This record gives sequence, structure tokens and C-alpha cells, in this order.
Amino acid sequence: METSYLITNGRVLDPRNSRDETGDILVCDGLFASPEEAGSNYVEIDASGCWVVPGLIDMHVHLREPGEEYKEDILSGTRAAAAGGFTAVACMPNTNPVNDNAAVTAMILDRARDASARVYPVAAISKGSTGESLAEFGDLQEAGAVAVSDDGLPVRNSQLMRRALEYASDFGLRVISHSEEPSLSGGAMNEGEVSTRLGLKGIPAIAESIMVYREIALAEYTGKPVHIAHVSTAMSTELIRSAKARGVPVTAETAPHYFTLTEAAVEGYDTNAKMNPPLRTEEDRQAIRSGLADGIFDAIATDHAPHSILEKEVEFDLAANGIIGLETSLSLSLALVRDGVIDAQRLIELLSVQPAALLGVAGGTLAIGAPADLTIIDPDAEFTFLEECIVSKSKNSPFLGRKLRGRAVLTMMGGRITHSLLPGV
Amino acid sequence: MTTGYFFPHRHILGIDHLTSTDIQHILSTAHSFKEISSRPIKKVPTLRGNTIINLFFEPSTRTRLSFEVAAKRMSADTFNISASTSSATKGETLIDTARNITAMNPDTIIIRHAFSGAPHMLTRYVDAAIINAGDGTHEHPSQGLLDMMTVQEHKGRLDGLKVAIIGDIAHSRVAHSNILGFSKMGSEVYVYAPATLMPPALGQLGAKVCTSLTEAVEDADVVMTLRIQKERQNDPLLPSFREYSRQYGITREIVERASPDAIIMHPGPINRGVELTPDLADCSQSVILDQVTNGVAVRMALLYLVMGNAPVGGE
Repeated sequence: METSYLITNGRVLDPRNSRDETGDILVCDGLFASPEEAGSNYVEIDASGCWVVPGLIDMHVHLREPGEEYKEDILSGTRAAAAGGFTAVACMPNTNPVNDNAAVTAMILDRARDASARVYPVAAISKGSTGESLAEFGDLQEAGAVAVSDDGLPVRNSQLMRRALEYASDFGLRVISHSEEPSLSGGAMNEGEVSTRLGLKGIPAIAESIMVYREIALAEYTGKPVHIAHVSTAMSTELIRSAKARGVPVTAETAPHYFTLTEAAVEGYDTNAKMNPPLRTEEDRQAIRSGLADGIFDAIATDHAPHSILEKEVEFDLAANGIIGLETSLSLSLALVRDGVIDAQRLIELLSVQPAALLGVAGGTLAIGAPADLTIIDPDAEFTFLEECIVSKSKNSPFLGRKLRGRAVLTMMGGRITHSLLPGV
Repeated sequence: MTTGYFFPHRHILGIDHLTSTDIQHILSTAHSFKEISSRPIKKVPTLRGNTIINLFFEPSTRTRLSFEVAAKRMSADTFNISASTSSATKGETLIDTARNITAMNPDTIIIRHAFSGAPHMLTRYVDAAIINAGDGTHEHPSQGLLDMMTVQEHKGRLDGLKVAIIGDIAHSRVAHSNILGFSKMGSEVYVYAPATLMPPALGQLGAKVCTSLTEAVEDADVVMTLRIQKERQNDPLLPSFREYSRQYGITREIVERASPDAIIMHPGPINRGVELTPDLADCSQSVILDQVTNGVAVRMALLYLVMGNAPVGGE
């Protein structure tokens, strides 16, 4: 008999069910139940001053298992997710071996049985992610994959991407595009003022927008949906804006570092500011923020990319791309609400409701009868993001040492508490 | 003799960190060291007992020899490590190489590396003074300083001059250091290059981007040209050396558009016939070999000045 919880006095934010009010939430047998049925056998959690929201879902995470377990594995990555307030993550297939077959998908799901967050595997678009032939989407979907992507790499061949959009729709699998024109790419940071000054080869913004345009054109032509991952530029945002206005089935996500930092973070050759796509200009950052305000972006996803000191404590050109993000996403996203860019409802849509819908999985709701995945957020809690407190195995973040405001004080998955900073809970 | 000024830098990573006062101080110090190199006994005891390591990951004739000559004339003990004969060939990382070297207590490490920012990274991991002998396409500060010293000697000043730099600006660390240095000292730097070799946002470094060779060179006091590389990492930058030399090479006719007493400079090595016609490298206006002589003096000054900021024993 599992513990029942009555979460009281919180601001209940449940956009799917049009709720934004002070109220109580009852969790019983791993599901949400009506608070009137509370009876007497429950643990009370006082959420005064906090928000009670559907469990956060990060639809773009690298868990590094199988193959690079020294950087992160499914258990450590989901513990980091829970610490960040996430009850579910979608993990990318650029593991070793690549998740392009049912066996690897099954292995990931097996490992995830004891995980602190639900794990939804994203499988590869092409075999080995080499971009040559389609992976077996039917098999993968049966094994539990929820979407397909060759993330980490673009799909160079336009005909292959076209066929992927067509074929994936037969299995209800969303195609997630890492949009990058490779011949324009191959740099270490954004091409512009800072790259010239630091003497680093740059990646121009058009490397992203040219490919975003291609994906939009393919989606428009085939009528099949495409989802653009980690959007970083103003031009891409504009292309997506006008495509949506035309009714093209395109969706998009951006990551907290693109609405928080710019290329200036690379000064001093800080490899914790190196990722792909790279940090861009202030104009791009403002355009991403406007895009979030205007509903151009459907989700915020971290692209959590753990790397060890082997990959990061090297010359800038040699450093691996990517930063961790699960444990800072919520704080950085809450800043958008404080800055008046979006309201609290919209934040929960971006971090929970829409990721669930885009992946076609349960979640994003506090409705009675739904699995009890919830996050209690203290929007004002201040903390310093210290390396020694990071739960992830890897510590590669440009936010190290930064004072952050707002965090998850309790995460609950299926009625089981996976993270708590609340005294006595 | 005391002045209010104190050279504040522990490392020489680039011209970008230096103020015009720092630069003038380095050049004055270099000037005072220059005569040592023309004595019969070219030795002073200034850096006696100092251990100086040359850590070169890219080939070099001038820079490496120049740092070694400078160090030895000041009585320091110098040691050369070139990557091709070091354990870097076995995969040892730069940081590990530097840490192991540091365990032998060098006072100064002079590093040339193919990647921008490598000297900066070293300052985070080792205790020695770090001097950047050229990092990727970022900076080559000792070259910029010796170029300024040469111009100052020939022109009597460093402000109010027109300096034209022609060549592969995008990939030239020498160009970057010179643009920064001459601008800080109050001169105007005019650059010209094929559009494929012009980096974005160059104006913020202080250069004026020209649209023709004559615009750059017109009435220039200094005409500096840089070595051109044809291929670079799958990037089709130029069709041929022939085209480059015909369209962008410095010839007698071009030099005649500059000021009558313009000086011709090149950091070396020269591709004779490509970036400048062979006769120009050796003509009376060329100060290319003065640059090399001044290189020793500037490097003596740098080795001397960073030692002044070494932590005192026991701290």
C-alpha cells in the first residue's frame, strides 16, 4: 500500500485543465485523486508559497548510456532530472552503439525501470545515424521509442529526410531535426565579433537557418510534421513563425542557454560555453525570448549534454560540444516569468504540457485519475549553483557559481517522491 | 630612478591585454636591450639562473631562435621542446605536458600552438609565466611589438601613421596583433584582402576595411604584407597563388602609390613572388631584416619584464 499524499495550500497551475488557483492535490495509489476522498491516512505536504504543477518533462536529454557511462548513465541522469524537477525525459540516440534498433531501445527501458524519472527513448532516423538509410521505425516504435532523430548530426540528404518524415508518420513517431548545414559549419563558436577577436573559427547563423528552411519546406510539401530541435537564431525563429502562420506542421524547441546567454560567455576561452548550435548574439537572444512570448516555440528542452573533464579541460578547438542543463533549466526558465516575457501558465505549457503532447506520452496534467507526476516549485528560493552540489556525473555548465532563483523543492513520479528539499519529507 | 609606472603583467598572452603605456614601456625596454646584440660579448647576467622553456607545437625559424637568442644573451638557461619529438606524439595532452614541465620549476614557458586560447588555458594550470609565441589565428604579440618597434625607429613615432596590411587577414595572428597594437598607439590601420580572407566585424579590432589595394596603400607610411596559404581545411578560399599574386600581390607600382618614404614589412617566411615581388623584399625600403633584429630585443624585454612579476619565493 503506497503512501498517500495531500499537498495543501499551493498555487495549483494546471493549464490543460484551466486551473490557476490555490488548492489541494491528493495523490493516492500513484494517481491523482479527488481531495474530498482524502480520508485520514495520508502524509500532508504544505506547499504554501509554492506552485504545484504537472511534472516537468525534458524532451531533449543525452543520458550517455550505452557507451559513455563515465559521463552520465540512465540512473545518474534521471536523478539529476528529478533534482531539477523533471518527472520524465526523452533521451537521444547518439549513444554507443547508436539507438537505431529494438535491442538498444529495450536495454535503455530495462535500465530505466529503477530510474528517478520516466525515460522515453528517441531512436535514430537512419541506421547508425550515418544518414544513408532509414532505421526500422516500426520495430523501434514497438520497442518503445517515442520519436526519431539523428541528433548530434544533421540529416545531410534531403531525400532521406523527406522519406523519414513520410515513413515516421505511419508509426506516429515525431521526427526531431538537428538543423545544421554541415558545409557551413565546422567552427567552434558563433561567427561574428567575438570569434574574430578570439581567433576562433565561427559557425554562421545561416548554418542553422538554411537547414531549418529545408525542414519547413519538406514538412510543407509532404504535409508531415517536423520538430526543430535547439533553435538558437533570430532567423530560424522568423522562418518558423511564418511557416506556422501558413499552417505548416512544424514545431520547435529552444534551450535555456539560448534565452539566457550570448557569445560573450566564450570570453577567456571558457569551454563550458561551447555547444552546438553555439551561443549567438544579443539580437538572437532577444528574438528567442520574443519567440517564447509569441508562442513560436512549443517547448523548452535543455539538450542536457554531459561531458567529463577529459572532453572539456582541453584547448577550446578540441573541447566537446555541450553543457548539462537538467538542474538549471527551471531556475533559468522562471526568470522568463519574472522578466515578464511569459506568464506562469505558459511556462508550464513549455516545460510540461506541450512536451507530453509532442512526444505522445502521458503527463502534463493534474487531472484526477492521471499518473501522479508533479513538481512543487518554490519560485523565490535562492541558491548558488555549486559544482559540489550537482547531481549529474558531469559538471560542465556555464552557470557554475551563479546565484539562481527558483527551484523544484519536491518532485514526485507516479506517487513516489524522487526529490525533496522540504523538511521532513 | 623611479616612475609611477609599474609593468603589471605576469603573462604576455596578447596585445589585447596591453595598454598603450604598457606597449611604450616594452618598446623602451627593448630599445635599451638592443645594443647588447651588437657588442663583441653579447651577454648580460640579467636572467642568470632563470629556466626558460620553448614549447613549440608548430614549426618556427625566426620566433623560436629569436626567443632562444634573447634568453641566452641574458644568461638564462633555455630548453626547447618541439611537439614532433615530444610525448605529444603519444597522445599526451597539452595540460599534462605543461603540468609535467612545471614540475621541473621553469620560470617562463614560451608557447606556440595551433589552437587559439592555448596559452590562456595554460595560465590556469601552471605557475610559470606564459608568453604567447603565436596561438592559432588569435595573436602573436611579440611579433606585433617588434613590428611597432621597427616602425617607431624608422618613423620616429607610432601615432598618426597610416599602416596598410595586405594579405590573409582572417587567418593571420600577426595581422590581429598589429591591428590592435598600432590602433592603441594612435595610428590608423588599413587592411585589404580577398573577401574570402576578411573576417567579420574587423572594425571592432580597430582596422579600416578597404575595397581596393590602392585605397589601402595610398599614402601609407607602412606597407605590411602577409604570407598566403592556398588550402585550409576544405574551404575553397582562393583559386590559385597565381591569381593571388596578380590581384593582391605588392609590386613596385603599388608601392609607388604609398608615401615616398614608406617602409615595406613582412613577418616572414616570405613566399617570394606571391605576396610581394622578389626585388621588393630586398630593396632599400624593405625593413624586413630590421624586424628580425628587433625581434631579439623585444623578446629580451618581454622575458625581463615578466620576471619582474614572478611571485617572490615563499609566497
